[in-house]
Amino acid sequence: MSVEPLQTACGAVILLLALPVMALALQRSQRLLVASSFTLSAVASLLAVVAGAVCVARGSVSTATLVLGLPELPFTLRFDPLAGFFMVVVGLLSLFVSVYSLGYVRGLLGHRPVTRLVFFYNLFLAGMLMVVLANDALFFLVAWEVMAVASYFLVVFEDERVENRRAGFLYLVVAHVGAVAILLSFGILAGLGTGFASFGGYSFDAMRQISLSPGWATAAFLLAFFGFAAKAGVIPLHVWLPEAHPVAPSNVSALMSGVMLKTAIYGIVRVTFDLLRDLPWWWGAIILVFGLASAVLGVLYALMQHDLKRLLAYHSVENIGIILIGVGLAAIFRAFNLPLLAALALTAGLYHTLNHALFKGLLFMGAGAVLHATGERDMEEMGGLIHRMPWTAALFLVGCVSISALPPFNGFVSEWLTYQAFLLSPSLPVPLMKLLIPMGAALLALTGALAAACFVKAFGITFLGHWRGHRKPQVREAGWTMRAGMLLAAASCLALGVLPSLVIDWMDSVAQQLVGARIGAPASALGWLWLTPVAPERASYSGGIVFLGLLTMIPAVYLLLHIRPGAIHRVPIWDCGFEKLTPRMQYTATAFAMPIRRIFGFLFAVRERVRPTAYAGAAPYPRRLGYSLRVRDRVWGWCYQPVADVSFLLARQVGRLQQGRIQSYLIYSFVTIIVLLVFLR
Amino acid sequence: MNAWPFFLELLQVLALAAVAPLFAGWVKMLKCWSQGRSSPGLLQPLRDLRKLFAKDVLLAENASWIFRFTPYLVFSTALLAAGIIPMLSVDLPLALTADVIVFVALFAIARFFTALAGLDIGTAFGGMGASREMTIASLAEPAMLMAIFTISLGSASTSLAQIVSSIQGGQLLLRPSFAFAILAFVLIALAETGRIPVDNPATHLELTMIHEAMILEYSGRHLALIEWAGMMKLSLFCYLGIAAFFPWGIAASRDLRALGLAFAAMVLKLAALGVGVVLVETGLAKMRIFRLTEFLGAAFLMATLGMLSFFILE
Repeated sequence: MSVEPLQTACGAVILLLALPVMALALQRSQRLLVASSFTLSAVASLLAVVAGAVCVARGSVSTATLVLGLPELPFTLRFDPLAGFFMVVVGLLSLFVSVYSLGYVRGLLGHRPVTRLVFFYNLFLAGMLMVVLANDALFFLVAWEVMAVASYFLVVFEDERVENRRAGFLYLVVAHVGAVAILLSFGILAGLGTGFASFGGYSFDAMRQISLSPGWATAAFLLAFFGFAAKAGVIPLHVWLPEAHPVAPSNVSALMSGVMLKTAIYGIVRVTFDLLRDLPWWWGAIILVFGLASAVLGVLYALMQHDLKRLLAYHSVENIGIILIGVGLAAIFRAFNLPLLAALALTAGLYHTLNHALFKGLLFMGAGAVLHATGERDMEEMGGLIHRMPWTAALFLVGCVSISALPPFNGFVSEWLTYQAFLLSPSLPVPLMKLLIPMGAALLALTGALAAACFVKAFGITFLGHWRGHRKPQVREAGWTMRAGMLLAAASCLALGVLPSLVIDWMDSVAQQLVGARIGAPASALGWLWLTPVAPERASYSGGIVFLGLLTMIPAVYLLLHIRPGAIHRVPIWDCGFEKLTPRMQYTATAFAMPIRRIFGFLFAVRERVRPTAYAGAAPYPRRLGYSLRVRDRVWGWCYQPVADVSFLLARQVGRLQQGRIQSYLIYSFVTIIVLLVFLR
Repeated sequence: MNAWPFFLELLQVLALAAVAPLFAGWVKMLKCWSQGRSSPGLLQPLRDLRKLFAKDVLLAENASWIFRFTPYLVFSTALLAAGIIPMLSVDLPLALTADVIVFVALFAIARFFTALAGLDIGTAFGGMGASREMTIASLAEPAMLMAIFTISLGSASTSLAQIVSSIQGGQLLLRPSFAFAILAFVLIALAETGRIPVDNPATHLELTMIHEAMILEYSGRHLALIEWAGMMKLSLFCYLGIAAFFPWGIAASRDLRALGLAFAAMVLKLAALGVGVVLVETGLAKMRIFRLTEFLGAAFLMATLGMLSFFILE
């Protein structure tokens, strides 16, 4: 049976658009609604994965025109390898999350009606798939808005809490400022390219044909980068992200962090590499610098969090940074006409896109399972969950190891490819860049090591040790559908880490399409087990052998040591003779991050107070100590507070016009008419 | 298929596993002499290991599978790393499996799990050790990779075997970038293997422990595996330095005589490096933990200077 990629993808989108209607029809029987609609979303996501995988494997391009849209400007679709790759990214995680949602959303049933969640969930998935399919600016922006608005309603799903409404509002504002910038960028491309002659310029096909003056091209690039960066959460446009992602239901957080941010990466790659094509090197440098800043600051801010989902949200900022490093390097290499190196860097970035979707989805699903079981988001109150939730703990650990870039899991492969791209920068012709770009590699190493520290903290404080909280909830393991969703994501993380050369071979057509070179042939020069970008004598890595080595050696050592029976005695922990150890004396998340907070303290607005209280009589020592700590990122105070203040100030000034007297309003209208008559005759 | 290369690979791993405790004993012996004490002898670490392997395991009540899994993982990563590094010969089947970045990452995964094991039992010591170890590692890692990149720029490869052959094949030059990279590497190796002035492997003094604090609850064969892996890590870092900076003697072929020479060279170089380690350890005092920023910052600066001088001078 041959699969027509575009038709299959359209089938997935139509199914996803039909599901909200079904949600409205079935809202009387919520249980049936959850079971049927998430099963069907999983089917639709599977269709999208198949469509994308076939399209990328064939390297085919297919187009279609819909009968919808405006006169002269119908909606058009185009399914090329780049779109196919992102469709696989979106579809794969949606598949896993939909399976997970079967159990997760059922857990919400007693508390509130979930019709709205189901409705917008499917609309959100459909929006993301339409974004990658769109081939004209109008359809793209319609799909973009469907995605943004649907996700807004998902963020404010539990709208009785003030923080959720605030987070939703902030998200909506930033999303729309970004959307306006994207709109203006398309306006420049379409309007100046065709001289404002017709609506035809708004199709991406027309934009590929035109050539802009360097000034306008730069303006278009900067606007598009700003707009997409706002959606992707690039520092300093990230402030909405750690607010909005934690308050959404966890299956939605997984999708927002895992794949919605990736549509912004798609936008950046599409506009820079496909629509604008002739890029000067410093565009790449801009992407690279913002990527590095996001990576390092994102992970440092993440380390300071003790809310599990907020911590994960900040890690999305970090990982978007790592992806942008790859994309930026690719742009630089392409500008200097080094297609092979550009293909390597781009593949590194895109591979990390896929990896991040999977492990971040997995981690948010795990955090959701913990939240579901304990009703707690604050890590300081948790601990010891590995005994009660062994499956969730093991799967969450897989996510932690993957995101910390440790072999043999997938995060390491993409970071390793990025290092290789960095190390090839000496072939650039500009001496200054030869010097500066390897510094980026050091920052990437810092990011990776800090991420490992952060996930030791996240996993160790949440799942290990003893329960720290005062409340003692009845914790039970997540249901089997939730575990199945996480298990699938974890298995993909391992597969992508162990067999990277097969995946890179598959996604080669994307690099071929965008930078005109492929790395698949050198990448599997030694066979499918080895990954050798550029050349075998340059560098090689075999995740499969590392995995197999550990897989055989660990049992071998274990068996060798168990030939002679040796007993294991369970004993109380060593308390140094103190005898009154309590679980509150364990290290907490704040304590764990203290050395790093002290070393990198200058990057945060830290307010730490220790107040001795309750002196008993003349005793020299206080009986109790009050400790308060507040760590905020400085970006809010530097970039957003002034804007917010000025807006409020302006609003108050303008507000003075409103007198509430009909006479003044008539005067305003009269003056306006006079002015218009004078100037516009 | 020819079994000889695989046999050779096995031989190298076993050689490292056997030499590592002796090297640790050698360092301990020199240290005793330099401090005017009589030493327990070269074989003491081996005797310690044998004793620990024979003992029963005491496991904290709250310990989960992570705590029991970690020693096996840590030991296996050390064995795997021993297979990757060109120690006897550059022409080994596992050499292509991993380059120097993977080599560093293998120790990172061992550290990740050791830190988790420290948090697993739920004592303040375990948490303290985990927190400090991860902090130091996150500062050391960029400097480490920077030093390694400087070397790999010279040979246009991150593969360890390739680095060794390109240095052996090239002329004996005093390269400024190498001088800086060596300095940086020494500082980082001291931090990574937990030696003075970063951490004191001999102390159980409560407030200064780092690595020891994490593994405080281990006993019996678990402790033996961790200790043995620690000794192997020390030898491996020494050998990484040898491979990257003084690779003369490592066999280019799988010829038996060259291998014998390589083994002799390896023992001699390790013995000489042991003297260096002891000189540093007796000459310096342990630093306060927050002074380490400067120490590792200096290492990073050295590595960066090395890279700059590579581009400017070479």
